[in-house]
Amino acid sequence: MTSVQSHLSASFAAHLADAQVAVEIETPEMTLNIGPQHPSTHGVFRLIAKVDGERVTEVEPVLGYMHRGYEKLCEVRTYAQVTALVNRLDWLSGYCNEIPFILSAEKLMGIEAPPRVQYIRTILSELARQATFLVFLGSFGIELGALTPFFHTMRDREKVLDLLESVTGGRFHPNFNRVGGILDDLPPGFVEECAAVMDDVDKMCDQVDALLFGNDIFRERTLGVGVIPLDKGLEYGVSGANIRASGCAADVRRDEPYLVYDEVDFDVVTDTRGDAFARAYCRLQETRESTRIVRQCLKALPSGPIMAKVPKVIQVPPGEVYVRAENPLGEMGYYLVSRGGRIPYRVKVRTASFNNVSVLPWLLEGVFMPDLIAILGSLYFILGDVDR
Amino acid sequence: MNWWAFVLRLLVIAALIPAAAYVLGYTFLKVLAHMQYRLGPMEAGRFHGVGQLLADGLKFLQKEDLVPDKADRPVFLFAPAVVLVGVVLVFMTIPFGPPPLNIVNLDSQLFVMLAASSLGTIGVLMAGWSSANKYSMMGGFRAAGQLLAYELPLILAAVGVVMQAGTLNLDGIVEAQSQFHLFGTAIPIPYVIPQIIGFVVFVIASQAELSQAPFDMPFAESELVAGFTTEYSGFRYLFFFLAEFASNFAFAAIGATLFLGGYWVPLVPEKALWIVGPIALAVKIGVLVFIFFWMRSTYPRLREDQLQRFAWKWLIPIALVNIGLTGVLKVVA
Repeated sequence: MTSVQSHLSASFAAHLADAQVAVEIETPEMTLNIGPQHPSTHGVFRLIAKVDGERVTEVEPVLGYMHRGYEKLCEVRTYAQVTALVNRLDWLSGYCNEIPFILSAEKLMGIEAPPRVQYIRTILSELARQATFLVFLGSFGIELGALTPFFHTMRDREKVLDLLESVTGGRFHPNFNRVGGILDDLPPGFVEECAAVMDDVDKMCDQVDALLFGNDIFRERTLGVGVIPLDKGLEYGVSGANIRASGCAADVRRDEPYLVYDEVDFDVVTDTRGDAFARAYCRLQETRESTRIVRQCLKALPSGPIMAKVPKVIQVPPGEVYVRAENPLGEMGYYLVSRGGRIPYRVKVRTASFNNVSVLPWLLEGVFMPDLIAILGSLYFILGDVDR
Repeated sequence: MNWWAFVLRLLVIAALIPAAAYVLGYTFLKVLAHMQYRLGPMEAGRFHGVGQLLADGLKFLQKEDLVPDKADRPVFLFAPAVVLVGVVLVFMTIPFGPPPLNIVNLDSQLFVMLAASSLGTIGVLMAGWSSANKYSMMGGFRAAGQLLAYELPLILAAVGVVMQAGTLNLDGIVEAQSQFHLFGTAIPIPYVIPQIIGFVVFVIASQAELSQAPFDMPFAESELVAGFTTEYSGFRYLFFFLAEFASNFAFAAIGATLFLGGYWVPLVPEKALWIVGPIALAVKIGVLVFIFFWMRSTYPRLREDQLQRFAWKWLIPIALVNIGLTGVLKVVA
């Protein structure tokens, strides 16, 4: 054997040994595309996950599949037409999306809606909140494999939607608010029906509390999973129940009261654990607080006109204003710039889901694949609200 | 045994599997629906949707039998058959009635039965691996890990019964239950009372073996889309579907035989068992299947590591304690 040959074979053997070692030690990472079509992403949302077995090592969320350019569209619509658009941001609580926009327009025009309108707006906002949270309580169960609670919460959500429909004519997209007032008064018998439905919703909350939150498997799956520490949450601009579960008592309804939230008595639910369980439990408690608010509003509902004195053609004087509101998914705000005339010059929407989703790459690092689904579910985002 | 009698029995089994799967599948749809505040199928077949599964089955047969380009073709095509064959073998060992009504009569019948019941795991692994789909593969591996972990408590739970009966022959176990008087009761009682710990372990472990909630990680539709069945369509998917409900029946039959006295009914004369026996077994299977479906519709899903911990830290030690207790009581009594 020549020296060259022996050298070659030696280096070959060394390479072979290297290859063997590599095969034994490294398990190759697998890139898993979760979405855009996946049962747990609530629409077209994509996560590029690098997984090592069941463990997720890195996640990159891909947004924008549902971008519909609503902010731009708002610039070529009259103020009355814009409410029809913003209904479709967070499509589960369409009514709540109208409120901050209408309030910002009213603020620029210096109009205040009559008290009855304020009360009705509060009631309908809270109904939309309950409908949204009932979907959450059911679908979070589905994400964790419990199919049954979903059908029960959907049944009671149906009752809430029926109430919304009886007032506004719409279930998802009411398009009910006008600058300075609302389209129509409450239908006869609404107060009694609404009170009865509130009892049903409370009963549903008790059942979900017992069936889901009291279940050992559910607790095992959610307690200590996906903890968002308070400082991290604030850094990423997380809002709503997601940040309240981390111990920050931030609620726009309490901090900067709009509508009649300063006249009703309710608690800002907080938790200190910051995990998936705490987020879900905060929403459950907020549903209960919400029925409390509605009951108080029904009791205190004043009579009076449902429209303030407004000009026939809505023209907003030049100026800019930012109005924020506590929506079911978190804080929603409209930055409205007007240069006079019938259409807004610029509308910038701050949606809760977009900021809530931004915490995902940090939060999902190193979690197990099933936990990833639990965390996605507990953050509770709506794709229309993320992509706009 | 005559060969033609054996063939006849095999044909009966071949007919029984789809029939059992049909009845159980329909029951499942209805039980689940009513627990979920729904009606379930109501249209097909005129009466409360009894024809629904027939319609579904025909639909599956019409569908294209798709094989992914990158799939390991022969393995992919063969996997559903392996799963179903495992179930057929279990069915062959079920004693449906007094001796002429069972297909095989072996000294180690329970052993064969439990061994056959885990054969499907290989088919599941084949399906998961050969699909060339990441979700399928994760589902397949999850299924394999889970079935391996829960095989042990299942067998250990059965060991208690075997010790008490003193035989592995299923007819022998049924007979032993017909002669078992706890503390000298007048009516003989089935082993579910003395072996209550074993029974609970058995039900939980078979739920895991069947991959049903709270142990349905291999399917986990919110995570893995449809687990190892993701890439299957047409009649091959139907095979998995059949196997799922047929094995529900099979595991319930094992449980009914081991713990509920099988085809035996107290106070019924020996001769009448020829007719009453199979009916009694069907009722007992129905009770167990209802428990399976009840659990399935109630609980959320465990995580993979929690499931393993539950098997190794709880079920297996409990089953071992049960064996020890049975041994002590057997010696004392």
